[in-house]
Amino acid sequence: MKKLLTGNEAIARGAWEAGVKFATAYPGTPSTEILENVATYDEIVSEWAPNEKVALEAAAGASIGGIRTLCAMKHVGVNVATDPLFTFAYLGVNGGAVLVSADEPGMHSSQNEQDNRNYARHAKVCMFEPSDSQETKDMIKEAYTVSEEYDMPVLFRVTTRVCHSKSIVECQDRVEIPDKPYEKNIRKYCPLPAFAKGMQVKLADNFKRLEFYSNNSPFNYVEENVSEIGVIGSGVAYRYAKEVFGKKASYLKIGFSYPLPMEKIRDFSKGKKTLYIFEENDPIMEREIKAAGIDCIGKDMLPAMGELTPDRVRKVLLGETVPIIQPNPDMVLPRPPSLCAGCPHRGIFYDLGKRKDIMIFSDIGCYSLGLMAPYNATDAMICMGASISAGHGVQRAFDIKGDTSKKVVSVLGDSTFFHSGITSLMDVTYNKSNTLTIILDNRITGMTGHQQNPGTGYDLKGEASPELSIQAIVSACGVTNVKTIDPNNLKEVKEAINWGLETDGPAVVITRWPCVLKKLSTQDKTEFPSAFKNVCTVNVDNCIGCKKCLKSGCPALAFDIMNQKSGILKDICVGCGVCVQICPKQAIEVEVR
Amino acid sequence: METKNIVLVGVGGQGTILAAKLLTIGLMEAGYDVKMSEIHGMSQRGGSVSSLVRYGDDVQSPVIEIGSADIVVAFEKMEALRSLEYLKPSGKIIVNDTEIYPLSVIIGANTYPEGIIEEIASKANYRVMSATKMAEALGNAKVMNVILLGSVVKAMGLTDIDWEKIIRGNIKEQFVDLNIKALNAGMDAV
Repeated sequence: MKKLLTGNEAIARGAWEAGVKFATAYPGTPSTEILENVATYDEIVSEWAPNEKVALEAAAGASIGGIRTLCAMKHVGVNVATDPLFTFAYLGVNGGAVLVSADEPGMHSSQNEQDNRNYARHAKVCMFEPSDSQETKDMIKEAYTVSEEYDMPVLFRVTTRVCHSKSIVECQDRVEIPDKPYEKNIRKYCPLPAFAKGMQVKLADNFKRLEFYSNNSPFNYVEENVSEIGVIGSGVAYRYAKEVFGKKASYLKIGFSYPLPMEKIRDFSKGKKTLYIFEENDPIMEREIKAAGIDCIGKDMLPAMGELTPDRVRKVLLGETVPIIQPNPDMVLPRPPSLCAGCPHRGIFYDLGKRKDIMIFSDIGCYSLGLMAPYNATDAMICMGASISAGHGVQRAFDIKGDTSKKVVSVLGDSTFFHSGITSLMDVTYNKSNTLTIILDNRITGMTGHQQNPGTGYDLKGEASPELSIQAIVSACGVTNVKTIDPNNLKEVKEAINWGLETDGPAVVITRWPCVLKKLSTQDKTEFPSAFKNVCTVNVDNCIGCKKCLKSGCPALAFDIMNQKSGILKDICVGCGVCVQICPKQAIEVEVR
Repeated sequence: METKNIVLVGVGGQGTILAAKLLTIGLMEAGYDVKMSEIHGMSQRGGSVSSLVRYGDDVQSPVIEIGSADIVVAFEKMEALRSLEYLKPSGKIIVNDTEIYPLSVIIGANTYPEGIIEEIASKANYRVMSATKMAEALGNAKVMNVILLGSVVKAMGLTDIDWEKIIRGNIKEQFVDLNIKALNAGMDAV
């Protein structure tokens, strides 16, 4: 049966067809939909892990336990999971194990652009790289065979254009793979130095065998045309090459990309006048091919940053540009994302943005938007969980310098706190720091599109699970100054932040109100009975056109320039009431919708 | 046949993704090779969104190059202008006559540009649709996306595909009739 699937749906389908029984992940664009789709198959036990390291460890354990397992994460998530990854490579597998790394050339929704093909080399695991959904599904199935045959976890690199593009896939039935028995084997599973040395040798031997596999893999294939131009391409970059050159070049498509099929590459290069290497981001194949003494052109001409789109390639290699209709640039205003109408982060950033005596270290999530106008609140961010620990470092520097002009405020979300904020908070209390941490608990993992987490009371399959208390964890981390507040109440927000800043020692403020886009659970409806049931209106007689309400940055507000009055778009207003509290003339009213 | 390129653009929440989904399923069932690419993630928070649909005998790239779209359908006026560079000089742009203010306009730092339609008219083969008003007349502003889908289907000569079947198979039962009406209204309007 043919279906139009995204790459992420194809990964899920492939895992199901391959007999996978356990899957785990932490959400992150562009990987999130992999586990959401895996979870639709009853035969696969599917879980959200609190972070990527935990996910990969659980996957490694399930593999050791004797079943086929899948683990998925975004490119920066693999950084978090590298500790288990490097040693899992030594142990090898029992049931087949595949780790999907969803890379983001172009950084559409990420803080950096990193090429995780480097990890295959660094951690010593083999790698597949599909270029569309059919290949994705086929390669996932092959990856399990390779994982078990060569006794190693397989790294599976996809990119945004593979994850979020749809193409036609021929679907097949699931094959039930017999479970492997678990047998105690400390030489395989306990990497003490004495045993790890043996594991290292075994791994090197398996790589020797994989070189043969790579040279003979059906996923590394040649398409000869009558041409002196040769293209060696992997991932979606191969598709772009075919788009640009068509039949004017011959191709060596690399689908199994580590170790590279060097013999096949050498044969292919013979008789080619020009050999181009098409790969997105780092010149990894190029370096290895050049090191093998084969002359080729890669990043000396093609861009090493951003997506390698066909138009960029066409311009660089063929000198071709197409005529383009250019609009008057002054008439096209930027349209960056913004906090939604009714977003529970609004009140916090409205308040924080007004303060001059704080340095705000933010985290990764929707609240990253607190750096933008009109709040202009945030000072810095690095990665998941860093708001608290990097914030502690900044506070230390201020203390050491004797600079008391600013105090550090760390801001992060509920899911981020569970991900890696907890250990950071331990650092703050254990080392007697003096920062204010604000945990924005919106009852869901918001930015990635509403995934459950340990604080929401539900699991990936939508079944009830124990709800972990952020306040109890904060207390257990040694914080004695902790408050939970309603973030839509600006007076409460202001008082809590004042209290936190005046506190001598670590303080934590937890806000608790659901994300406006969340599908509310029964428990949410009980706890937040008034949530999103109201609507605000402007009484134009009282509005003096001072525009103070616009400082809330709410997309439901619109200013009527002709009449110099504020207005509210009823379709998107949910009556959170933040603007009502800002208005100095009581010109905005809330009513039940 | 040469690969055809359709670009759907709008603002997060306008339903471009559903329109693109119906379009691609229809094209697949008609026997074309199809690829579709989207960028989503932060865009749900009111940013610009685009769906790129390509179909033909053998489609390679999932993305559409600038200057190569046969048709651009803009669900919002300013997004039409932003996506104009996708359009082939011989292509056609369909513009929904709806304004959604970006944050800079909401907070009063900018004003929404005037004369967008005139700017497009001076540079490209275009068609203005009042799809939002048409959708409201049908009783649900949300079906604006399927009205615009209807206009693309007509403009690209894809009316032979059984779109009613595609809608029945992919939309909740209680909204099927409304969406079929919307699709027909869109086809009749161009």
